[in-house]
Amino acid sequence: MSDTQAPARWRAVTEESRPARIALIAVALAGLGVLVLAPLAVVFAEALAKGAGAAIASLGNRDAQSAIRLTLLVAAIAVPLNAVFGIAAAWTITKFDFRGKAFLITLIDLPFSVSPVVAGLALVLLFGTNSLIGGWLVAQGFPIIFALPGIVLASVFVTFPFVARELIPVMIEQGRAEEEAALTLGASGWRVFRTVTLPNIKWALLYGVLLCNARAMGEFGAVAVVSGKIRGVTATMPITIEMMYNEYLSVAAFSLAAVLAALGLLTLALKTVLEWRHADQLAATRRY
Amino acid sequence: MHIEIDEIAKEFGATTALRPVSLAIPSGALVALLGPSGSGKTTLLRILGGLEFPSSGRVLFDGQDATGMTVQERRAGFVFQSYALFKHMTVFENIAYGLRARPRASRPPAAEIQRRVSKLLDLIQLPQIARRFPSQLSGGQRQRVALARALAIEPRMLLLDEPFGALDARVRKELRQGLREIHDTTGLTTVFVTHDQDEAMELADLVVVMSMGRIEQIGRPQDIRARPATPFVREFIAA
Repeated sequence: MSDTQAPARWRAVTEESRPARIALIAVALAGLGVLVLAPLAVVFAEALAKGAGAAIASLGNRDAQSAIRLTLLVAAIAVPLNAVFGIAAAWTITKFDFRGKAFLITLIDLPFSVSPVVAGLALVLLFGTNSLIGGWLVAQGFPIIFALPGIVLASVFVTFPFVARELIPVMIEQGRAEEEAALTLGASGWRVFRTVTLPNIKWALLYGVLLCNARAMGEFGAVAVVSGKIRGVTATMPITIEMMYNEYLSVAAFSLAAVLAALGLLTLALKTVLEWRHADQLAATRRY
Repeated sequence: MHIEIDEIAKEFGATTALRPVSLAIPSGALVALLGPSGSGKTTLLRILGGLEFPSSGRVLFDGQDATGMTVQERRAGFVFQSYALFKHMTVFENIAYGLRARPRASRPPAAEIQRRVSKLLDLIQLPQIARRFPSQLSGGQRQRVALARALAIEPRMLLLDEPFGALDARVRKELRQGLREIHDTTGLTTVFVTHDQDEAMELADLVVVMSMGRIEQIGRPQDIRARPATPFVREFIAA
């Protein structure tokens, strides 16, 4: 409207000039193209380099099958665990006042700042055969390192902050008033959580869970250290992809990589569909 | 219900919110806790509602010690400063919340809940809004829904934290009248917190003037106007 009725100098103070807008959009698109779209396209192109038949056949390979199963299993254990931990941590931090709160928040962020490889090594030191706990556990026939529990522990550690980090700002912004209101109306603590807290945080929780899931399936460093990379047993998808790539099994490596990428894209699509289907509800529950 | 506050004090860490204060609220009275921010009036209200526990002292409801009673057991209808309506529920669901939260044995059947919610919507003179969400209401409507939600649990007392604080002057005057009427029909002992001396003087039977965690004066509005007990009260009601 201002473009047609008034000279350009009357435009809104927050609006940029036309060349500036075009330049900014171009930079954004170029960045997105080079850093995100091109690598993704290359993965799928390489996977299909020798035809779809070869790609599908390589996925039927025993190691590839085992890697897919293991990765899905690890995510299926680690994500619910971290959803519960994340809710508990965010609840503790936002609904109560206590000494050492800032320290606890720093602790939650620790997995972001510590290299996953270091985390993996720490787990090996704690639970490896040569450690006190690890030695005892192996004697009981329940090894942690070079086995599923170790991979799960490493994945849980690395993905711990995602849910809590999504929830904390949302819960701080919402404050305690609605919960307090529910309590004065006679609701028990569990009922308050179920009927007031959870509906208010469910979108943030969903984003946190999706991010957590994507990272749990894609984690390489920490899992590489604790898993021992036993082919067909403890090798997750990212690890199997690396091993195949190192052995010049290009089609197999990229086919599996394409599946991993597709799993990630699937979560994104899921999020978008949910947002789209519940758009009216999202709008209605915005803070008034 | 008769409320007695006996030497209640409250500290938050190193800060003192309430020095020992005592106050008797006769059954059925409409009482204003009046004071500037930081005077301890909201803390006292929250202690009555069971949302905060005193560092020392006792609260008595009808002569029974209620100091350790949980927030749920107190059955205090509480109206929060920014109303704290449940954003994701309709007005109907908001008002029905307290009835649905009851243990199964004392929970009214669906038809009864329906009937009670409609009656409350009539009482607040908003019979048409049951299916709207809080975000679709005006400030004054939200305040009245919050009041209806608090009344739905058949409370033993009504506690309101700055009930008119977020409203413009005209709506505020209207709703003051509304609260007075609801108080007179229900006969509930009602305590509200305000920093607005006009509001306190116009609405309340009994005004409690507070400052810095202390009660400066307790009295009927006309008595406080005529004989302010301390220099603080004189200055505060002149403002």
